[in-house]
Amino acid sequence: MSFGRNDGAGTMDFEQTVLPHLDAAHNLARWLVADATLAEDVVQDAILRALSYFGTYKGGDARAWLLRIVRNTAYTTLGARKRGGMTSLDSVDPDGEAHPALQVPDPADDPEAALGHRQDMARLSQALAALPVELRVCLVLHELEALSYKDIAHVTGVPIGTVMSRLWRARRALACGNAEGAVA
Amino acid sequence: MSGDPCFELRLLIQADVDGELTPAEAARVGAHVETCPACAQMQAQLLALSGRVRQEVPYHPASDALRAAVRARIAAATTAAQPAQAMPASRQARQSGWQRATGQFRLPAWRLGALVPFGTGFALAACIALVLVLPRGNGLPDSVVADHIRALQPGHLMDVVSTDQHTVKPWFDGRLDYAPPVKDLKAQGFPLTGGRLDYLDGRPVAALIYQRRQHLIDLYVWPDGGHLDHGPTEGSRSGYNFVRWSHDGMTFWAVSDLDAKELADFVRLWEAG
Repeated sequence: MSFGRNDGAGTMDFEQTVLPHLDAAHNLARWLVADATLAEDVVQDAILRALSYFGTYKGGDARAWLLRIVRNTAYTTLGARKRGGMTSLDSVDPDGEAHPALQVPDPADDPEAALGHRQDMARLSQALAALPVELRVCLVLHELEALSYKDIAHVTGVPIGTVMSRLWRARRALACGNAEGAVA
Repeated sequence: MSGDPCFELRLLIQADVDGELTPAEAARVGAHVETCPACAQMQAQLLALSGRVRQEVPYHPASDALRAAVRARIAAATTAAQPAQAMPASRQARQSGWQRATGQFRLPAWRLGALVPFGTGFALAACIALVLVLPRGNGLPDSVVADHIRALQPGHLMDVVSTDQHTVKPWFDGRLDYAPPVKDLKAQGFPLTGGRLDYLDGRPVAALIYQRRQHLIDLYVWPDGGHLDHGPTEGSRSGYNFVRWSHDGMTFWAVSDLDAKELADFVRLWEAG
């Protein structure tokens, strides 16, 4: 390994390792802290943390490595984790019942239907933003960053089984939240 | 509730939708879903929700201003530590060989089976990375075969599990900058079982997975970019046969432990299909 961390080549290594994943870093931060300015601060802080940790980076998936730092930085920024929001979801019946709202709406030329479709889209994003942060981070990493369970487990620091159940609960909540919206 | 087999299977069905299962697990889930309308419906709904989230939820890329700010912060932090260090204009050339290799392959090295312990996963990933990184230069057959072997490891095989070409083809949308042709050859004895995203030849490529009895065939497809590869069009590496051909601007590599004749049959049927 020729990673000289303290010379010019080391800096270039760092930039080449980290900068390709800046979009992913920002997307995760934005979905975690839900504020545009705060998200940019989180990314900048996370990059500086990453720079100081770069000596311990052993190769492997740089995106997962960076996202883990972003996630931790965002948690620090947010303060205590929002555990309170998760208890209500535990009571959701986890059986696989029919979720009408999960179904893809038919594309239609009808302007009213198109408006409804846009509202559905906004509702889905709102439902995602309203999820407890532990569930949200799993879904964002899986669906928007296409991270594997293994990578998500690394980023979030929990076992793969927990990732699986969080993804399940996140999807259940999206389905239910969206169903309520559709009825209203 | 815990005695309900459907309840027990729900996370497996989800993992199947998420492309996280080994072929054996996927087959078990598939067998259940075929006979259980409730689970089939749930599977369809999970797929639909996954598609909706990817399409409808906004992605927030870094702004140019943030990118510039980050570069400035890195420069400031580095200069503070190393005031006398000037950057040569040709600093790209200082990129290490290791980095070039990994940059080209960008291995999804963490995509190991959920049941593989972390330590084993690291070791396995490291070994596979070596296999993939070493044969560069004129070694594309080695790379393709090595990728096929890697894909046979638990948890590697498929990102999207489906016997339906109309599910597999759209799955690649948004993941690749080209649309790979997808065909099912079930009637000809080579059923399509799924698809996967891989990195080969320095770019993301589509891998389609076909089955022949107990044998698996990986069919890699990517645009040939107008330049012809002068390497071998068929051969074998480490006991695996491969066939390479081009069609309509796409390069195809079929790799399998099938014997050369049957693999040639597959290629002929695919081209005719």
